Amino acid sequence: MAVTQRISAPTAPKSRTSRPTRRASARTGNPSLRPKSPMLTAAMTLTLIYALLPLFWLLVNASKTQSSLFTTSGLWFGGKFALFDNISQTFSYDHGVFLHWFGNTLLYVVVGAGGATLLATLGGYALAKFEFPGKRVALAVILGAVAIPGTALAVPSFLMFSKLGLTDTPWAIIIPSLVNPFGLYLIWVYARDAVPTELLEAARVDGMREYRIFFSIALYLMRPAMITVLLFSVVATWNNYFLPLIMLSKPDWYPLTVGLFEWSAQSRTVGGQAIYNLVITGSLLTIVPIVIAFLFMQRYWQSGLTTGSVKG
Amino acid sequence: MRIAQRRAGVAVAAAALAAVGLTACSSSSSGSTAAGSGGSGGASGQAAIAAALQKKSAITVWAWAPQVKDIVAAFEKKYPNVTVNLVNAGTATTEYTKLQNAVKAGSGAPDVAQIEYYALPQFALSGALANLQDYGLSSLKGDYSDAVWGSVDINNQLVGLPQDTGPMALFYNKKVFDKYQLKVPATWADYVADAQKLHTANPSAYLTNDVGDPGFVTSMIWDAGGKPFSVSGTTNVTMNLQDDGSKKFADTWNQLIKGGLLSPISSWSNQWYTGLGNGTIASLITGAWMPGNLESGVPTGSGDWRVAPMPTWTAGAAAATAENGGSSDTVLKQSKNPLVAAGFLQFMNDGPGATIFANEGGFPSQNSILSSASFQNAAPAYFGGQQINQVLSAAANSVLPGWSYLPFQVYANSIFPDSVGQAYAKKSDLNAALKTWQDSSAQYGTQQGFTVSSKRRHTDHAAAPACRCHIRHLGVWPTV
Amino acid sequence: MSATSVTAASATPGRDLPRPRRRRRRNWTGWGFLSPFLAVFLLALVAPVLYALYLSFFQDKLIGGNRFAGLANYKQALGDAQFWSAFERVALFLVVQVPVMLILALAIAMALDSARLHWAPLFRISIFLPYAVPAVVATLMWGFMYGTQFGLIGNLDGWLHTTLPDPFSSGLVLPAIGNIVTWEYVGYNMLIFYSALRVIPAELYEAAELDRVGPFRVIWHIKLPSVRGAILIATIFSIIGSFQLFNEPNILKPLSPDTISSYFTPNMYAYNLSFAGQEYNYSATIAIIMGVATMVIAYLVQRAGTRKREA
Repeated sequence: MAVTQRISAPTAPKSRTSRPTRRASARTGNPSLRPKSPMLTAAMTLTLIYALLPLFWLLVNASKTQSSLFTTSGLWFGGKFALFDNISQTFSYDHGVFLHWFGNTLLYVVVGAGGATLLATLGGYALAKFEFPGKRVALAVILGAVAIPGTALAVPSFLMFSKLGLTDTPWAIIIPSLVNPFGLYLIWVYARDAVPTELLEAARVDGMREYRIFFSIALYLMRPAMITVLLFSVVATWNNYFLPLIMLSKPDWYPLTVGLFEWSAQSRTVGGQAIYNLVITGSLLTIVPIVIAFLFMQRYWQSGLTTGSVKG
Repeated sequence: MRIAQRRAGVAVAAAALAAVGLTACSSSSSGSTAAGSGGSGGASGQAAIAAALQKKSAITVWAWAPQVKDIVAAFEKKYPNVTVNLVNAGTATTEYTKLQNAVKAGSGAPDVAQIEYYALPQFALSGALANLQDYGLSSLKGDYSDAVWGSVDINNQLVGLPQDTGPMALFYNKKVFDKYQLKVPATWADYVADAQKLHTANPSAYLTNDVGDPGFVTSMIWDAGGKPFSVSGTTNVTMNLQDDGSKKFADTWNQLIKGGLLSPISSWSNQWYTGLGNGTIASLITGAWMPGNLESGVPTGSGDWRVAPMPTWTAGAAAATAENGGSSDTVLKQSKNPLVAAGFLQFMNDGPGATIFANEGGFPSQNSILSSASFQNAAPAYFGGQQINQVLSAAANSVLPGWSYLPFQVYANSIFPDSVGQAYAKKSDLNAALKTWQDSSAQYGTQQGFTVSSKRRHTDHAAAPACRCHIRHLGVWPTV
Repeated sequence: MSATSVTAASATPGRDLPRPRRRRRRNWTGWGFLSPFLAVFLLALVAPVLYALYLSFFQDKLIGGNRFAGLANYKQALGDAQFWSAFERVALFLVVQVPVMLILALAIAMALDSARLHWAPLFRISIFLPYAVPAVVATLMWGFMYGTQFGLIGNLDGWLHTTLPDPFSSGLVLPAIGNIVTWEYVGYNMLIFYSALRVIPAELYEAAELDRVGPFRVIWHIKLPSVRGAILIATIFSIIGSFQLFNEPNILKPLSPDTISSYFTPNMYAYNLSFAGQEYNYSATIAIIMGVATMVIAYLVQRAGTRKREA
């Protein structure tokens, strides 16, 4: 329980300090008052198994060779332990194309998700802290856009990007992923409370330029929400599959997801090699970095979500 | 590392075979190979290609066949001024999607693209492909069987060169056949009997798997002598999925479907590979390109598998078979360098490339390679030393001529599971399902501006429900 | 959302009124901060929507070329049994899967928040982890496991000597997809609810404790009302997600071609129409209709949600 306290305390928005962020005395501070429930723990263990079983399956099967994959039970290790063999094969197959895809994915994540966060922060801050004509219309259009089925807009997007000469370039992936209306919404809700208007006014009176106010004051105060948006954008970009599938014809610019799917499709074709072991190992390697990112940044995104979710 | 070793072994064999293949090539009687002594139009085309290949140029090739990599290397070695950008733009339909998008967008298409035979009419018709007659490639006709050439000669335009072919044969697991005392079926009636016998003896084993695959079903109708699709002019399409061949196939397959004698595993899934390895899927009716896939995907089956000719529809009938799968290579109209592209096509599919392709496990389409001694005498250990290519090249020679696909086959195949797949899932009549498929495909064709006439046998006049309703009834309704 | 924007709009200008000059400058400043987002937004979202709208008024045939079609595409779509069957399927998915997932997520969040759980942080992060798994990988994994012959189902059958039903059979394939989606997103929703529970003011609990209110009444009278906003957000996003269902069924389709039709969901229908059938215009029409339907339903849910809260 000490962990949860550490998570929420330092990141609570300033305007909320008036009300206790944790009911410390009532509950968490005094856990011994509340007996742990074995029943509840048992029930939760079931959901834990549900959540982790497929990942366990992935790990087990990433340790198998192509042939023992098809001859041993899927739920336990069997045959030769080939995890490290598989990993090195995954990295070396087809002249190390996996690493190349990994690099592409990183590029899309850094530029796409980073850019999306920056744009959403700027926009959300504008909506929260400024009055300007057309604001309500802009807001309605942006939030309405969340409902547009992205998959079905793929064709028009493709034809447009193709006319602009952007297909088969990283821009075809990066530009669409720069738009994150939900991120903008989160920042907007958060910034309204977390960035006190008085503080901005004071800075203006001091003669600070707007962009300096943003970068040296507002940005700092919006940090938890930004990290939340960043993480959601990272996940969205990292998992992006459909858009690159249609925008890119050259494997040179594939992200991991499309590359992996192509690997699995390869065993479905004339003359193609079945490389299920590499598909499975590749899948495992694909989720490792993002899982690590989640674990490391837990304390930030959890508190960022807090504000986003209670409002609205 | 296993992969690297295999590659190395193949390379040695390739070097040895290449010499033989080339000799066979140059001694072929037609003499109309790369040398270009064909028709008069051919000669000038060939000269123009030869000249273009000496200039500095670059072309882009979309292909997914693994052998193309080595073919490109050999090509660049022979023509050092030409740079070939080989791109694996995805397999089959994934590539077609991108190709179609590029055609629609008016730019971004490669110079050369691999396209399966069934999809060829669709691209030819939308005007995406160059006519290779303009580059003198029609002189190569004599190098291929009529059935194969017919697949790339569409509406009197040569829209591609054949890369690999897939004359169908029966691949069976001898160990399983021996264990359950099944005899290799000579007729389809025998095949159904075997399926019954095996599944009764071991309820977890099936003679084959089939969940309804449009490529397979159309090939089987072809094999049964059906010609359900025909195109006259460019816009008149006739469909009849109840002609004699279609009915013959459907009536036989109905016994397997309704009897629950088909393993419900879809091909190319991991379960399929497992089943092929452990004997619960005991045979496959498929194209001659299968050996390579078996060797790489089902290593545990080594030594167990054999190849037999297709069963016949009546006892003692002459051998007949159909093409299943296989692809051609085409030059796109968008190409800025069609002469070089045509030259590459010729090198890849008619010249040295064809030999490389065959040596690396592809099933060739050229007569000279099919009949070469080295090809005929190969006796892979995977098939217990059987000279499988003798069976397979005999199959290549008995492919029934006169088949054609729809000019909108890609779409028709994509909606095949919605109708015919339902017959498999619900164990219902395949004939009715084929009719439904015909109706919905015809409707699409009409929407696209074709004149589609649906021939029906007169017995079927009894009011068929309107197309949409039909689909609605058969559609997958969620039942949660 | 409308309620909150009203407060924002009324609070800030009050401060500005006495200083009209400054206000004009700030008008411009607001747009300045919003414009980078807006520029990309127009290029990557609004323009394709407008283009799709334009496409939806034309018909382009393989034979015959492009021509203006007026509302013909819309008429066709509204009478298209395949489109409606796809629509009904995602509607059913929405009505069943979304409540199951959200209730499960809410229950887990309550359990985590109850302080009566051993190793709560472990549970929290583990249940959240599947969210980090790309849909492609998740579907490939579950697709492997669903195999009745040699997958997980097959293994279970082998151990227990049972014949479990085939997840790919026509009656079960939608629940099977629902399971994958639930697995992917239950942790995400759980976290949203959990975060909302964490900020319930302690005074409420103290009051409840003084009044000796039982734990279930605490849930009913304190916790649930406090997370209503979060539930609303999660519901709206799940509605949008359901209507856009595509990746999971499309990746499973090769494994189960007969039970996942080409018009299994509206998005798959639109995708197959344009990419296999080259019916770009009709496909764009379906996209527009689905977009409008999603917005209307999301709006209605939001209205209902906020009205309840205000009441």
